[in-house]
Amino acid sequence: MSDLLKVTIDGKSIEVPPGTTIMQAARQLGGKYPPAMCYYEPLKNTGGKCRVCLVKVAQTSEANPRPMPKLVASCITRVEHGMVVENETSPEVLDARNGVVEFLLINHPLDCPVCDQAGECDLQNLSYEHGHEQTRYEEGRREFERIDIGPYVQLHMTRCILCYRCVYAADQLTGQRVHGVLNRGDVSEIGTYIQQSIENEFSGNIIDVCPVGALTDKTYRFKQRVWFSKPFDAHRDCDKCCGKVVLWMKGDAIIRVTARKNEFGEVTDFICNDCRFEHKQASDWSIEGPRDIIPESVIGANKYELPVVSPAVNVDAKFVSE
Amino acid sequence: MMQQAKTLTNRAKLMPRKPLTFSERIYLPAIFKGMGITLSHLFRKKATISYPDKVRPMSKVFRGLHVLKRDERGAERCTACGLCALACPAEAITMTAAERKPHEKQLYREEKYAAVYEINMLRCIFCGLCEEACPKAAIFLQNDVMAPPSFEREDFIYGKDRLVEPFQKN
Repeated sequence: MSDLLKVTIDGKSIEVPPGTTIMQAARQLGGKYPPAMCYYEPLKNTGGKCRVCLVKVAQTSEANPRPMPKLVASCITRVEHGMVVENETSPEVLDARNGVVEFLLINHPLDCPVCDQAGECDLQNLSYEHGHEQTRYEEGRREFERIDIGPYVQLHMTRCILCYRCVYAADQLTGQRVHGVLNRGDVSEIGTYIQQSIENEFSGNIIDVCPVGALTDKTYRFKQRVWFSKPFDAHRDCDKCCGKVVLWMKGDAIIRVTARKNEFGEVTDFICNDCRFEHKQASDWSIEGPRDIIPESVIGANKYELPVVSPAVNVDAKFVSE
Repeated sequence: MMQQAKTLTNRAKLMPRKPLTFSERIYLPAIFKGMGITLSHLFRKKATISYPDKVRPMSKVFRGLHVLKRDERGAERCTACGLCALACPAEAITMTAAERKPHEKQLYREEKYAAVYEINMLRCIFCGLCEEACPKAAIFLQNDVMAPPSFEREDFIYGKDRLVEPFQKN
């Protein structure tokens, strides 16, 4: 069983070890991989909830050439030898994905102009690609009483899509979790039991993990739109975490500190609250350089300049820009 | 006698010069003709208007001074989303957002509002892209007001005091 399994996704083949999911194989293959709202590779057991990663399996395996009867969630379905998967090439998949996005947006408020996540929101990107311009839903959206969950994290329950990522993050990173999903079905919501505040020193990571703007940074609240700040890689010596972060700067001021995300929008090195919330001085950090941003990103619409950190850096910046 | 100018190319056509006729030589018919044209202009419609007393009608699609609108309750519509500043090709718009306090619900429509909203009218090219970008129908370019002239640069930086539409009671 140690042999590699050959899987074909959208006409391109790759060989992967057994146990790999279709999503992981598609990501390794490059190109267009299925989107994910709930699946988060660094966190165990995530996935299978949001259904935006649905793909069509045209051939189950070499031994069983029949297609799978329904679309399957690519993030939790393991590949088999000779599997043929259709992702972007299948109109059925795209249609199903449009439907899933429409369902996700049923209760999601249209408050992107107010939301701090706008510009780096997975749901915003997804609905830009797959959503309709108009909603067909006539009933009111869900409303919740505002819960204060501590000094660092702002919870907007109306924006939550119940992906459970923050629950897994709290379980796997912090050891003791004080928040979770309360109630069931249509009225289920993220909350802390009897208004407890989330105070664990790695709790800030639930902000990065959240695909929408349900959990946002309170110290960054309404400070600046994402696309007016510029991301820089930086690090500091931290005894709790790796200390490798992204600083979002406006001029010389650090507006926000986040963990570094890879090309799939996933944090690989989680950072502690000390780095994230308490160090907002440029002198606290050694700045490595501007971060690569995707040209299509709204952050790329900004004019990119190096900040004035020290005279030596400034000279280099001039040299680079010329 | 004038010497014929040497041509650079042989494409120049030499035109025969006819001698003047009698009426051309006495010049008077041409002078009267010219005076007649001048006289006819006296009775034509004037191209100018006496400006401060009379004002020309503006085009309906004219893009003049910006205004930040209020909604039907009188609350400011702008939520400081920054899309106008992002769309602005001249980078004339800057803003600072703030969170609405519970007692300010009558003043601002959304949870977030623009505490500072400035447009530099010297930078602005009045293209109207901010108006197009606005998701809240908050900013409009008026078609009957232009930015007035001034001697000071500071006078052209319009803050919320001059941009927000005055509160009207129905």
